[in-house]
Amino acid sequence: MHRTGELYGQFETLEQQKDTATLGMWVFLVTEVLFFGGMFMTYTINRHAYSAAFGVGGNTLDLKLGGGNTVVLIMSSLTMAMAVWSAQVGKKQLITLFLILTLLLGGVFLGVKAIEYKQKYDHHLIPGQSFDITFCSNHPAPCGISAEDAAKEKTEIAEAFEKDPNLNSHAQLYFSLYFGMTGLHALHMIIGAGLLLWLIKEAVAKRFGPGYNTPVDITGLYWHFVDIVWIYLFPLLYLIDRHN
Amino acid sequence: MSTNAQTISPHTMPETDYLNASYGIKSWLLTTDHKRIALLYLFSVTFFFFVGGIFATMIRIHLLTPGGYLVTPETYNKLFTMHGVAMIFFFLIPSIPAVLGNFLIPIMIGAKDLAFPKLNLLSWYIYLIGGGFVLYSFSTGGLDTGWTFYTPLSSVYSNSAVTAAVIGIFINGFSSILTGLNFVVTIHTMRAPGMTWFRLPLFVWSHYATSLIFILGTPVIAITLLLVALERVFHLGFFNPALGGDPILFQHLFWFYSHPAVYIMILPAMGVISEIIPTFARRPIFGYSFIAGSSIAIAVIGFLVWAHHMFLTGESLYAAIAFSLMSYLVAIPSAVKVFNWTSTLYKGSIALDTPMLYAMGFIGLFLIGGLTGLFLACLGLDIHLHDTYFVIAHFHYIMVGGAVMGYLGGLHFWWPKISGRMYPEFLARAAAIILFIGFNLTFFPQFLLGYMGMPRRYHSYPPELQVLNVMSTAGASILALGYLLPIIYLVWSYKYGRVAGPNPWPATGLEWKTQSPPLTENFDVTPVVDWEPYDFEHRPDLALEPGVGGLLPAHGDD
Repeated sequence: MHRTGELYGQFETLEQQKDTATLGMWVFLVTEVLFFGGMFMTYTINRHAYSAAFGVGGNTLDLKLGGGNTVVLIMSSLTMAMAVWSAQVGKKQLITLFLILTLLLGGVFLGVKAIEYKQKYDHHLIPGQSFDITFCSNHPAPCGISAEDAAKEKTEIAEAFEKDPNLNSHAQLYFSLYFGMTGLHALHMIIGAGLLLWLIKEAVAKRFGPGYNTPVDITGLYWHFVDIVWIYLFPLLYLIDRHN
Repeated sequence: MSTNAQTISPHTMPETDYLNASYGIKSWLLTTDHKRIALLYLFSVTFFFFVGGIFATMIRIHLLTPGGYLVTPETYNKLFTMHGVAMIFFFLIPSIPAVLGNFLIPIMIGAKDLAFPKLNLLSWYIYLIGGGFVLYSFSTGGLDTGWTFYTPLSSVYSNSAVTAAVIGIFINGFSSILTGLNFVVTIHTMRAPGMTWFRLPLFVWSHYATSLIFILGTPVIAITLLLVALERVFHLGFFNPALGGDPILFQHLFWFYSHPAVYIMILPAMGVISEIIPTFARRPIFGYSFIAGSSIAIAVIGFLVWAHHMFLTGESLYAAIAFSLMSYLVAIPSAVKVFNWTSTLYKGSIALDTPMLYAMGFIGLFLIGGLTGLFLACLGLDIHLHDTYFVIAHFHYIMVGGAVMGYLGGLHFWWPKISGRMYPEFLARAAAIILFIGFNLTFFPQFLLGYMGMPRRYHSYPPELQVLNVMSTAGASILALGYLLPIIYLVWSYKYGRVAGPNPWPATGLEWKTQSPPLTENFDVTPVVDWEPYDFEHRPDLALEPGVGGLLPAHGDD
């Protein structure tokens, strides 16, 4: 189908085109909810079955990095919303500025996530042969924790072992889900970053304004959705059974 | 119109249409025209149908003798697995929606194309990539887990090429998701002026219901199979009891999609039947709004019955009772459809053209398939029948007797629109009857075998069951002939068939108001709809004689 200006051939009016694109994105987000839903279900069942192991697993996560990242992501949602608003009112310079800010904040989030993954690798918390939930309590120095904290952690893990003799394998289940869920989330962030790059290119060319801003609008919907997924992931993975 | 005697057509082929609008391989591989994409799908699903068909043939030949001498037991496991995977994921699920739905939905609602034409083309490429992975798995060691991929067999113990197959089906899922998304958005936003929701053809309603399942179900199987692939590659333990995972959780997640997937396969066929019946009974469909509503009801209730596949897993008795009751409940909207179709036939002037033969066959076979489904929904009876040939016969009555019959009926019904030409009517009727006979001879004995206790997925059986197995294999060879015939004469008629004209039946839908084959833009000007669906009486453009039996609505049911 040929296109006339901003209007693609299969549509009659620009309004119909915008409604269609917006509905399309909403329906896509519904499929995304179900897609993540399978993992949330797996998480819920296992959390219920192995709460001791999941409690210990959650306690090893770095609350400062995770909490900071949550703030960063909420800020990126704000700048994304500002970009959408700028497009609607036609402030063409601001669109580019806010899109770049959103991209930067998204980059910060992914960078922090990479630091956290590296930390898990150093702490022997990658599921597999070398997985050892007691590693940090036995080797406080490479984990960068004080001997006092390590002793505290040691008693906690010992208590958990009493409740669940297979703690090490069930904690691996926690970390499988941790990497699966945050990994899938990060993949969505990377796709979002790709979309933002394309939007920035278009915004620099002054394509968007009050008459035509659908791409900014629906990318905004997607970005907010990915943020909301994190808003659920953060308490599920970091906060439940937290005690330090 | 219904005989082959009339060989000279008063019509001529249109000068320009979607088929000759442009030439060259690139004009097909990069097309965004929904009609051309439908034909691309037609070729690819036919290919997978024959891949699956070859496996089925080998299964039936192997089962000719009780000992089974054709293949080893291990190979037998691979044959039925690959038959199921090819047929379900790469033929039955995309067949009617991606071929007929893709071709017809925009025309039926008076649009120039689907809402997202590029996404539509992308869906086809995703299908090809997914299909490529699966064919790679088939040809490098095969697949022996059963199409259900139950863990931990699939994730730990199987030595076959499970990872590639699982990734292929995961990828292919996005083709379904995007097709469903495209249909839902198109039906919401692309309808022509005057095409209100209750003027939509029932074919469109049933595809709307199907698309809801695509959207809500497919993402769940995608994530589940992704977890299986991760588990297999990285030795994680989501579903592996040795590592604390829960294999029953896999079954729940798998059937949460795969039971509704049964309705993905049958609902579009029901839509086809709802178009064929009024056309060849020359009567408005009986109970339009009930048929439309029952499609949605089947889609919704279909999501609440999945655990009836798991009655023998030791799930809680109360859950089992609830799932059993919900399964009975699906029978209600299904029966509503069957009753409405038969009521439409009552006092109609029935013409037994080829599509109508398929539709009649569908109603009979779906009835048997549906009623035997009630046997399996019954908690006590299912313990006896679970994992026997009774289950195989039941779902082949729905999938082959229902979905494939509907697909072939639809293909014949709309072939004049797709190709602009008529197929040879005598041969087509003969093929429909051969298919019906072959189908019943193949699968009815399997009900008896299952009732006598022959388990599914076994490569051998006791000698006393041989007679019924030989009957089934004999039926399968007749069935194969019935499938080969349409391929041959449809290809022939594409070039040499009698020119059909815009509305050869005549039928009432919007797709019959444009030329055959249609223009790339479907209509010269966007149509305005000011008539009710399936109304033969107030449609002088159909050139039917007034007062011919059955033209008048029997009552005002809407």
